[in-house]
Amino acid sequence: MILELQQISKSFGGLQALSNISFAVPEGQIMGLLGPNGAGKTTLFNVINGVYAPSQGHVIFRGHDLKGLKPYHIARMGMARTHQIVRPLKDLTVRENVMVGACFGREGHNLAEAAQIADDIMQFVGLAERARQLAGSLNVAQKKRLELARALAARPHLLLLDEVLAGLNPAEIATMVETIRRIRDQGVTIIMIEHVMHATMKLCDQLVVLDYGKQLAAGTPAEVAANPQVIEAYLGDPKLAESLMDDAA
Amino acid sequence: MKDRPSFASEAITAEREASVKLGLLRRSPGLWLTLAIALVVGLYPALTGNVAVREVVFTMLLSVALASSLNILLGYTGYVSFGHVVFFGLGGYVGMFLLSRGMGLWLAAPAGGLASGVLAFLLGKAILRLRGAYFALATIGINEAMRAFINNFAPFGGPTGISLNFQIYTGYGGAGQALWLTYYVLLGLAIVSLVLSYLVKTSKFGLGLMAIREDEDAAEVMGVITPNAKTWAYILSAIIPGIVGALFFFKNGNIEPNDAFRLHFSIEMLVMVMLGGQGTVLGPMLGAAGYQGLRGFLVTSPLFKDVQLAVAGGLLLLIVLFIPAGAVGWLRQHFPRLRALLP
Ligand SMILES: Nc1ncnc2c1ncn2[C@@H]1O[C@H](COP(=O)(O)OP(=O)(O)O)[C@@H](O)[C@H]1O
Ligand SMILES: [Mg+2]
Repeated sequence: MILELQQISKSFGGLQALSNISFAVPEGQIMGLLGPNGAGKTTLFNVINGVYAPSQGHVIFRGHDLKGLKPYHIARMGMARTHQIVRPLKDLTVRENVMVGACFGREGHNLAEAAQIADDIMQFVGLAERARQLAGSLNVAQKKRLELARALAARPHLLLLDEVLAGLNPAEIATMVETIRRIRDQGVTIIMIEHVMHATMKLCDQLVVLDYGKQLAAGTPAEVAANPQVIEAYLGDPKLAESLMDDAA
Repeated sequence: MKDRPSFASEAITAEREASVKLGLLRRSPGLWLTLAIALVVGLYPALTGNVAVREVVFTMLLSVALASSLNILLGYTGYVSFGHVVFFGLGGYVGMFLLSRGMGLWLAAPAGGLASGVLAFLLGKAILRLRGAYFALATIGINEAMRAFINNFAPFGGPTGISLNFQIYTGYGGAGQALWLTYYVLLGLAIVSLVLSYLVKTSKFGLGLMAIREDEDAAEVMGVITPNAKTWAYILSAIIPGIVGALFFFKNGNIEPNDAFRLHFSIEMLVMVMLGGQGTVLGPMLGAAGYQGLRGFLVTSPLFKDVQLAVAGGLLLLIVLFIPAGAVGWLRQHFPRLRALLP
């Protein structure tokens, strides 16, 4: 298991954003994190990569308890993420943005090596022609790819993707799904938060469903889609659930 | 959404690429242009031997060294220090204390820089956690606290400060020679501050600083160890002002709390950096020279003599409103071809 969550809880003042979340992610898989808006998915990512300390529980990454570690420690241990609300380094070029990932990520490259890696990765995510533009001048779809490129440049063991498909058109979704699959094929373990159900069902090996900060279900896409609680609380529409089961099959 | 190509910091990468492929000597025409300007202006008084011109250029070089140092924190890291003069003042005091105890300038001035570096290290631990306006306010508080402390600190002479015995200059070839000597040392320090600024900007460390400037939380998530990077930026921005402070007050012959920790000098440093272009190597130099040129004019004009600071404030307002990137930043944006020459 590359990542283990042990009874994670997180509260903001009176708000219980996460309660008692426990699951494990096997190496080399794609794990999907589902749940309605406000379920606590992004908060869980923030707990996993050290932005927030959990109120309770432990995050174990590659055998190390991450207690007390800062995001930059965890990044250097080989965990990278994208942000749901994109955070480009606006006045730096696209290439420089990606170089930051390579310079300060797991492998800690020097500038020359980072420039090489950035060029490869911009090619891989389709940003090569944008290399010299300022990141602030990209459109939303390009900024999402920039988030991904920066994370990949760190050469992570574990990649956290927060709604990278949201706001993309069907053609862009297809491209991104293909990209994610190729990342997995390179041996990177992925946890992805997603609302686009079809894509998630097809792509993920395992799913975890959150609702109001609670872990509603976990299992393979087929198991989760057949779970009556999930159908009731989240999927709502039994017909949708059926079509999803078809996807999962 | 329309794609509008923009190339404003293309040259940064171009510079970095060049710096990787070539040695320091050939890597940036912009750096050499910057240094050439500084040298030509700096050596002009020496060639003519004109003491009045020397004094004008002395003030300019002093400002270049301070603005260029402040730029490491303000321009590259994005932290606004309103109280940067504290490092100039502390360096001055430590230098003067040691000079008055018989230490030579060659040790006393670096000691001033070291003291300022240590202060920045200690302060950094305490206040670099603050962001935005809170950090800026804290730096003002520190300057005022330091002034109050020194005012009551007997070894540094309290409110009367420290005066050097005139005899001390005989060790440097007499008072006249000592003035030239401080001038040349200051010229050297200005050059060092520009080279340092360039090296920081084109390094991996500098890339981390700029990531912090753009989005500190995102920088942390990408692995930039922000507390260390910020502390180093703060220390690097404090050392040269400390040495310059020691040098300035050595030349001056005496130091008092109100001369050493003048808050409005801090504000003038900010104006210089912003005027020339924060986050560029050339900008703070041009801004410092330009501002001091303007100030020299204002001081000699009876009409404006008393309103210099108001003019500085008004200037700052105009820059922030109309050319937030400063002169060099503006040129880089509008004349991409010139970028290699405008680091
Ligand atoms: N920093 C924070 N402070 C207070 N409340 C927060 C904070 N971050 C998230 N929340 C709250 O936690 C809940 C879960 O949010 P989030 O994790 O963003 O949901 P999701 O990503 O599943 O849509 C929401 O009610 C949100 O308002
Ligand atoms: Mg979210």
